[in-house]
Amino acid sequence: MLFEYILQLADNQLILAQRLSELCGHGPALEQDIAITNISLDLIGQSRLLFQYAGKLDEQHRNEDQLAFLRPEKEYRNLLLVEQPNRDFAHVVLRQYLFDEFNFLNYSGLTNSKDEELAAIATKSLMEVKYHLRFSKNWVLRLGDGTAISHRKMQDALNNLWMYAGEMFEKTAIERDLVKAGIAVDVEQLMPTWKESVMSTLKEATLNIPEGGWYQSGGKKGVHSEHLGHLLAEMQFMQRAYPNLTW
Amino acid sequence: MKTKEEVYQILSKVTDPEIPVLTLEDLGVIRDIRVISDDEVNIKITPTYSGCPATDVMADDIRAALFVAGFSKIKIEQVISPAWTTDWLSPKGKEKLNKYGIAPPVAAVSLEEAIVECPHCGSKNTQVISAFGSTACKALFQCHDCLEPFDYFKCHV
Repeated sequence: MLFEYILQLADNQLILAQRLSELCGHGPALEQDIAITNISLDLIGQSRLLFQYAGKLDEQHRNEDQLAFLRPEKEYRNLLLVEQPNRDFAHVVLRQYLFDEFNFLNYSGLTNSKDEELAAIATKSLMEVKYHLRFSKNWVLRLGDGTAISHRKMQDALNNLWMYAGEMFEKTAIERDLVKAGIAVDVEQLMPTWKESVMSTLKEATLNIPEGGWYQSGGKKGVHSEHLGHLLAEMQFMQRAYPNLTW
Repeated sequence: MKTKEEVYQILSKVTDPEIPVLTLEDLGVIRDIRVISDDEVNIKITPTYSGCPATDVMADDIRAALFVAGFSKIKIEQVISPAWTTDWLSPKGKEKLNKYGIAPPVAAVSLEEAIVECPHCGSKNTQVISAFGSTACKALFQCHDCLEPFDYFKCHV
């Protein structure tokens, strides 16, 4: 049970990291290229800590690489939000911002987990996530309240991504049990704080929440958008083609 | 059998692969040394940034240094709690960074508010250009007096 929960946490960091890594050498400007790949690297590091821990609990004794690279699509438990494609820089920073605000609250909660290893990973990761949040928030403000074109692109990104945000606060049966045991964070309870921070940023960025609300979810149950399969095909290629490959 | 202190001396000569002026001692990443026998030793190290690729290289370099010193059974364990912060950088390490052209970390304020001295000319008239730099631990600054860009070792707490 704890194993599944850790995988779910790890998958979010890994899949978002993989998405961001696609921009390595393709960022809109050198500084942003470097920033995005740095964030990607932090998230890969955080996912490694989680996968290593999950590996210790795995009944099938898989190691971190096998857990990260050799599961089929339906076994990934990441949020739909983090697998969404990098349509443009507006989508990249907005996706990052919505997730960073959540990641910050979730890791903050996990620093008090009764599971010591999870608390240690959260404490370490949180130091990095605070830095990511500053970056993504600044870009949402700068581009949302920027030129007519940057504003339009940010509003389009918000219109496209907002529907996926609600899934962050959906609690699975496993989470429910682990919350009772004092191990997991109750994501439902993070929502009001998340919403308050996000609303205030979006307001300052002169962006409007789209009508229709939150209606897309499934990633946490392994039901993904068509984008994940393509991402995995690229990410898993080396381990599939050359099993047990190491650098 | 070698003493813990002797092993520490061996490890403290191993350097950071990305910032070769810093030793592992300067970085403050050596957590524990346990000498079991003439050829067996257990080491605990802590990663700096969780995704820093240098951490794996450091572990390899430690292994090599200990092997040369006569150990054949070397166990290196990574511990993440308490989490590493830039407060663990030694004063000597900070001095070395500055001489190498990387401004050492200053108090935990935002990059815009931090007063960072230019490692080239010593001016405090500097400004952040990019919050992220060539490695996870660095940000990019520019000096308004000598006009040179420089790396700043971010305050990570």
